[in-house]
Amino acid sequence: MSAELCKCTGCAEATEEELLNQLDDVLEEYVGTPGALIPVLQIAQTLFGYLPEPALKKIALALGKPFSEVAGVVSFYSFFSTVPRGKHLVRVCLGTACYVRGGKEVLSALKQALNVEVGETTSDRLFSLDIGRCFGACGLAPVIMIDDDVHQRVKPTQLGKILDGYRTEEEAAQKAKAAEENDYGFRY
Amino acid sequence: MPKLTINNVPVDVPEGETILHAARQAGVRIPTMCHVEGLHPIGACRVCIVEVEGARNLVSSCAMPAAEGMKVRTNSRRVREARKTVVELLLSEHNGECQTCDRSEDCELQALAAELGIREISYAGEKTKRRIDASTPALLRDNGKCIKCRRCVSVCGETQMVGALFPQNRGFETVIGPAFNRDLDDVACVQCGQCAAVCPVGAITERDQIDEVYKALDNPNLHVIVQTAPAIRAALGECFGHPPGTLVTGKMVAALRRLGFAAVFDTNFAADLTILEEGTELLTRLKQALVEKKDVALPMFTSCSPGWIKFMEYFHPDMLPNLSTCKSPQQMFGAVAKTYYANKLGKKPEQIVVVSVMPCTAKKFECSRPEMSDSGARDVDIVLTTRELGKMIHAAGIQFDCLPDEKMDAPLGLSTGAADIFANTGGVMVAALRSAYEIVTGRPLPGDNLHVRPIEGLKGVKEASLKVEKVKPEWKFLEGATLNVAVANGLANARQVIEQIKSGAKQYHFVEVMTCPGGCIGGGGQPRYTDNSVRQARIDAIYREDEGKELRKSHENPAVAKLYEEFLGQPLGEKSHHLLHTDYMPREKV
Ligand code: SF4
Ligand code: SF4
Ligand code: SF4
Ligand code: FES
Repeated sequence: MSAELCKCTGCAEATEEELLNQLDDVLEEYVGTPGALIPVLQIAQTLFGYLPEPALKKIALALGKPFSEVAGVVSFYSFFSTVPRGKHLVRVCLGTACYVRGGKEVLSALKQALNVEVGETTSDRLFSLDIGRCFGACGLAPVIMIDDDVHQRVKPTQLGKILDGYRTEEEAAQKAKAAEENDYGFRY
Repeated sequence: MPKLTINNVPVDVPEGETILHAARQAGVRIPTMCHVEGLHPIGACRVCIVEVEGARNLVSSCAMPAAEGMKVRTNSRRVREARKTVVELLLSEHNGECQTCDRSEDCELQALAAELGIREISYAGEKTKRRIDASTPALLRDNGKCIKCRRCVSVCGETQMVGALFPQNRGFETVIGPAFNRDLDDVACVQCGQCAAVCPVGAITERDQIDEVYKALDNPNLHVIVQTAPAIRAALGECFGHPPGTLVTGKMVAALRRLGFAAVFDTNFAADLTILEEGTELLTRLKQALVEKKDVALPMFTSCSPGWIKFMEYFHPDMLPNLSTCKSPQQMFGAVAKTYYANKLGKKPEQIVVVSVMPCTAKKFECSRPEMSDSGARDVDIVLTTRELGKMIHAAGIQFDCLPDEKMDAPLGLSTGAADIFANTGGVMVAALRSAYEIVTGRPLPGDNLHVRPIEGLKGVKEASLKVEKVKPEWKFLEGATLNVAVANGLANARQVIEQIKSGAKQYHFVEVMTCPGGCIGGGGQPRYTDNSVRQARIDAIYREDEGKELRKSHENPAVAKLYEEFLGQPLGEKSHHLLHTDYMPREKV
């Protein structure tokens, strides 16, 4: 495995402090550039995976923007997130068909199973929970999507099993990584 | 000069003027909502739409410049219907209860609905979620009533350059407020209340403390006294239907007596006291700089305006040493009332309740600062805005117009004209110059009837230079010196002055800053709606009050002289230092 790939899977994770320093370098380039706010936010989101508050404050200070404006822009665009995203995004359809055929119950069961509210991420950063408005699979309602997988006609009782599938997958990946490390003895 | 017609009436307007202004010139009213005089149009509400011949869509008249040959119709069927729809949509989302709303008497949304003759709302929309923010001592926010006009955003960002408020989220979820829907107390807000002053509805207003005042008045063990800021007398009349600029000093005193206050005193007394302390402080700093060659912070900034103080603490903490250490007149009054006056009565500070009537919401914050308790108790207990006092008088059934003119009580109700003008931008500076010049030279301030015209009036930043000659021997170091002063009103203007000082572009000795446009007469707690014509009318009234006084220089106030003689000793003396001066703390701006 190349060092490049290794970075992406997040093994040698940079600390928030290191990332903030990297953000400083980015900001230095953009200071005084009009219209810099959105591009800088995009870079920051790529850097951190989400937009943590210390980063937003730094951005506000460096670009001389009120914090309220930075927050306003971040909360305006749905592609910005201020909470760390989990590895898997779980979306529950609350379109009309799903809603009447148990989508609501599925959502509350998921909240319970994951112990998070909508828009939050589990403490192990494995799952983020969100809602959707129709995935175009109304005949199969209620529907949830986990990443790109559609799970149809889900019942609250099946959710444990579905989630476990992703957990096992994760464990396997971890093991494979560990094995790989053993092979090479060290990582870049 | 584009020529156009508004409803067939021809008008010429200066280049760049909006259709809205052209219509005003033609004597046609176009209703507006998001528009704030003097600020950039944001075109957020579309209440001001008009029809322009040849244009496909209706245009927002507050934002669209008038152009040569335009044919504008403000009252066609199409305009009427579209405008009605816009307002009906606002009403359908509006989560309000007029009967119990703070704004029921002067609500612009209600008035607009009435003006357009809206009798039913044809849209059954979802109501904006109600969320009350009572986190600060000064302001109360109710998101349910917010119609998202963004006037508050414009004022906070453009007039004050504080930027505490901004639209958050999008679509129906949009909330106008601090970052990430936080409470106002969690962000850099200076509590000036200019947002509350421009809000057309009951979405931002002052924290109502009328009940607290009644509670104190009803307690027989408490001696409840009241002080009124100089700006109240030029605005309170508006609460009773008088035109802006009506002076109601005597009736205000009579009304306060009838409300049951044990003594009716004047913040003006403390304003005169402030001049003696602050003037001495300025002369001391100049002496330290010029004679002792000490490294003292100059220019010195005035410190009467609590929003300005908080602004410096957030945005220019490096310049806190430049702020005069003088407490504001409100706080000096409290500290003197609960010591000097309490001693006279044989009472302890905690047996006295000091109520202030202020044009300002930030005063509610100021009196709650923990350090403002040098008398041994909290120096000022409760602050009412001018609006709250108006409401109290109404509710008490006092017929304001039938009241006789009465006088303030002695000794803390005696004052000079120099104190009156603390209400106006430039007034503190002029008052200081009246005394400092005379103390240094032995002659009255030269010029026009004790005025310094270049630093009076509504301009955002004003300057003056004063040559000091033929000084008294003890002030020899000032002989031939030129004193450079500046005056700023509105915090964006103050920021500009600070930047020029920091860059070295300007050198001043003394700078007056008032947080609100026009000074205290334009404060966030004054009767609504305050625009420049209202500001000017109040300013003129205050100068009339000053000119009508026999004594017009703070150092001539006999009651203040007696206070020094009997109690304080001398300006900047030990007791003054303890009771009348304070220090400041840096705050994080994000
Ligand atoms: S803001 Fe105006 S319309 Fe809304 S409840 Fe208050 S008075 Fe009524
Ligand atoms: S009180 Fe002043 S600083 Fe605070 S939000 Fe309102 S306008 Fe802005
Ligand atoms: S709080 Fe008032 S001024 Fe601000 S957007 Fe809402 S209605 Fe307009
Ligand atoms: S007043 Fe013109 S768009 Fe709001």
